[in-house]
Amino acid sequence: MPMLELNNVHAYYGHIHALQGISLTVDQGEIVTLIGANGAGKTTTLRTITGLLKPRHGSVILEGEDLAPYKAHQIVARGVSMVPEGRGIFAKLTVAENLDMGAYLRNDKSGIQESLERVYRLFPRLKERHNQVAGTLSGGEQQMLAMGRALMAHPRLLLLDEPSMGLAPVLVEAIFDTIQEINQQGTTVLLVEQNALMALSIAHRGYVLQTGQIVLSDVAANLKENEMVQKAYLGME
Amino acid sequence: MNLTQEHTLDWRTAARNGLLGGTIILYFGAIGMVSTFSVRNMVGTFLNLGQILSIMGAIAAGLITGRTFLKADQRAKVIQMGALSGLLAGLPPLILIIMGTLVPNSTMFVNINAELVEILTFGLGALVGSLALIVVSGLMGVLGAAFVLLGEKYRKALINALLWVLLLGLFSENAGTVLQKFLGTSAVRWLFQNKSLNPIAAIIIFALTFAFSLFGVGNKGKTKIQSLPSEKQKQLRLIYIVLGLVFALALPWMVGTFLSQVLFIVGLYVMMGMGLNIVVGFAGLLDLGYVAFFAFGAYTMGVLTSPGGFTGGILNFWLALPIAILVGVTFGIILGFPVLNMRGDYLAIVTLGFGEIIRVLAYSNWLAPIIGGAQGVLGIPTPSLFGFRLGKPEYMYYLVLLGSLVAAFIAARLRDSRLGRQWMAMREDEDVAETMGINLVQTKLLAFAIGAGFSAASGAIFASRLQNIFPNSFGILVSINVLSLIIVGGLGSLPGVVVGAAILVGMPELLREFAEYRLLMYGLLLIVMMLAKPEGFWPEETRKRELHAKEDWDNNDADAEVVGAAD
Repeated sequence: MPMLELNNVHAYYGHIHALQGISLTVDQGEIVTLIGANGAGKTTTLRTITGLLKPRHGSVILEGEDLAPYKAHQIVARGVSMVPEGRGIFAKLTVAENLDMGAYLRNDKSGIQESLERVYRLFPRLKERHNQVAGTLSGGEQQMLAMGRALMAHPRLLLLDEPSMGLAPVLVEAIFDTIQEINQQGTTVLLVEQNALMALSIAHRGYVLQTGQIVLSDVAANLKENEMVQKAYLGME
Repeated sequence: MNLTQEHTLDWRTAARNGLLGGTIILYFGAIGMVSTFSVRNMVGTFLNLGQILSIMGAIAAGLITGRTFLKADQRAKVIQMGALSGLLAGLPPLILIIMGTLVPNSTMFVNINAELVEILTFGLGALVGSLALIVVSGLMGVLGAAFVLLGEKYRKALINALLWVLLLGLFSENAGTVLQKFLGTSAVRWLFQNKSLNPIAAIIIFALTFAFSLFGVGNKGKTKIQSLPSEKQKQLRLIYIVLGLVFALALPWMVGTFLSQVLFIVGLYVMMGMGLNIVVGFAGLLDLGYVAFFAFGAYTMGVLTSPGGFTGGILNFWLALPIAILVGVTFGIILGFPVLNMRGDYLAIVTLGFGEIIRVLAYSNWLAPIIGGAQGVLGIPTPSLFGFRLGKPEYMYYLVLLGSLVAAFIAARLRDSRLGRQWMAMREDEDVAETMGINLVQTKLLAFAIGAGFSAASGAIFASRLQNIFPNSFGILVSINVLSLIIVGGLGSLPGVVVGAAILVGMPELLREFAEYRLLMYGLLLIVMMLAKPEGFWPEETRKRELHAKEDWDNNDADAEVVGAAD
């Protein structure tokens, strides 16, 4: 049974048909990436998974359970955490308070403490700055915080929306290293990226999205070699 | 070319500040504020509130000019530029003197008359007085500018001392009534003459308070307390709380009936403020129709307890109170549903409309058989406890004191609870809060419901004190009042609610003779607050951080740059 399954999902923003029949699967322990140009529907796909947007047709199935009747906050409780695009941290709260919010749904004190230590191990920078107001962190640190906060919910499936956006190349590499590390510790990852090269180099499998449809899917290594992908997303001639 | 140097700092800045300050005084004079305020003597018979108002422009201009030059590292020019500002601030009010002398009985500017000229010229006649006004203004400009040159310690002490003298002078009648019980009649008679502070006493008080805040415990005491072990700190806090409680309990008997009534009204607003603080301060939902719940509480109390009313008074106060709160909570939820998906301005407009709808409904003939329409509900009985009628303001004060304490306690516990964190997350970012697993519907409705409950309780007590309630007691101004007081006190801060209520509700009650300028003063206060102290008088921690985040930025900028290199 796959961890996550989307079957022929159609979603709309008003009259705009944003997702035109998306089907994809994510298996336990994988890193799967969704690549595509601006407006292809990558973020929209994530929003339908987290329940922020409800599909008009089709189904989103998490470990055999249809998510249709659940609201966004209930889906979080089922082990899905999202790191929103543009990071979406609580700018006026401190780093520690932000992380605290991530564990909002949990009651086990020792488990929360464990997660906190894990986050601080993954991002030592956050530990150093735990008392600082989040809005004053640098862009890279804010991304770390957003990821750390998502991990505080102890998710089984982590959804990452453009983690490389607006970051310096060195930082992008560091962030992707950490994504791999998180995955090796047992968290399944669905990664949405415009930086296709980086995404494909850490992912196991990938889907290519174009105007709301999946046009290509394969293991990451093959996608990297694919002529069309190279032309359109990797900037190679 | 540096952008910041586009506006070169020279005498023109000082001149502009001065003329602006003077023009504001010209306006105050023309609308009659100076004359009206001059009725209150402050110190002796020679310094009254009107005069203080008329030199405020010069002081403020000098102060702002001084600060601007000091910030630009032009220390040497501070005094002379302050003097220039002050002198120029004296010019616009001259128009009042000229007009008042030449056309003393103009039909257009009724407030510009001989009386105003007399105040502005210190009774020296138009010519000499005009000169005196300019000289005094210049002097005030110098004083204002000199103030910024003082060390922080001295500045604080000076403000303290001035505040004591001015407040005692301003409220000399009330202060006299209170102090009579402690100092005896003769001492008070010496201290306060002609409804104002005795000049000699003023000097003594000034010197004492100045010395006390300069050499007193102040900050040293604070750091000393912080260095104590947490066990001791807890004990000390408990002692403070008990002392505060004893003081609050003894208060009505120290201040007498009139001030007790004022305290009662302040208490009503504290209760409402605690509730709106949850909605706006904690949850970030801008509610401009808050008065509606106050009305629900008041009308429920009225209808259920008034013998002449719809139900014939089937319940007494204590049984009707929980029902009033319940009605408030219910309508809080009912209002909450349609606005669940609204944010910011839209929410404000819809709640504003809701508040007005409730008031119009209260007026309407449609509901008149139940709640009396324009006639209102009459003859609501005063609450009694074990057969003892709480008829005097002193007793009713205890009722709102209890109500405020309960409200504050609930608000404090909620703030530190899981729900409090839900509100905080929602206030910061609704979308992110939702992806964090927070149920927005429940969180919002709880904020509206709890806030409405506090307001309804306040309304119920209000109705039983006033005994007669009318629809026009529940206008939009009540909502604005409550919102202003939590902003002035500090959004999200509990002690701030009390401070805000004391300043925005208590003070105007004591200054009833200037009631016509109340809203003008409100507006002024809010503008000045937003410019000078946007976090409020007693700010909450997060809010303070947010408004001073820029300074944090500047401090952290340097090392934030090297993050990339560190990895």
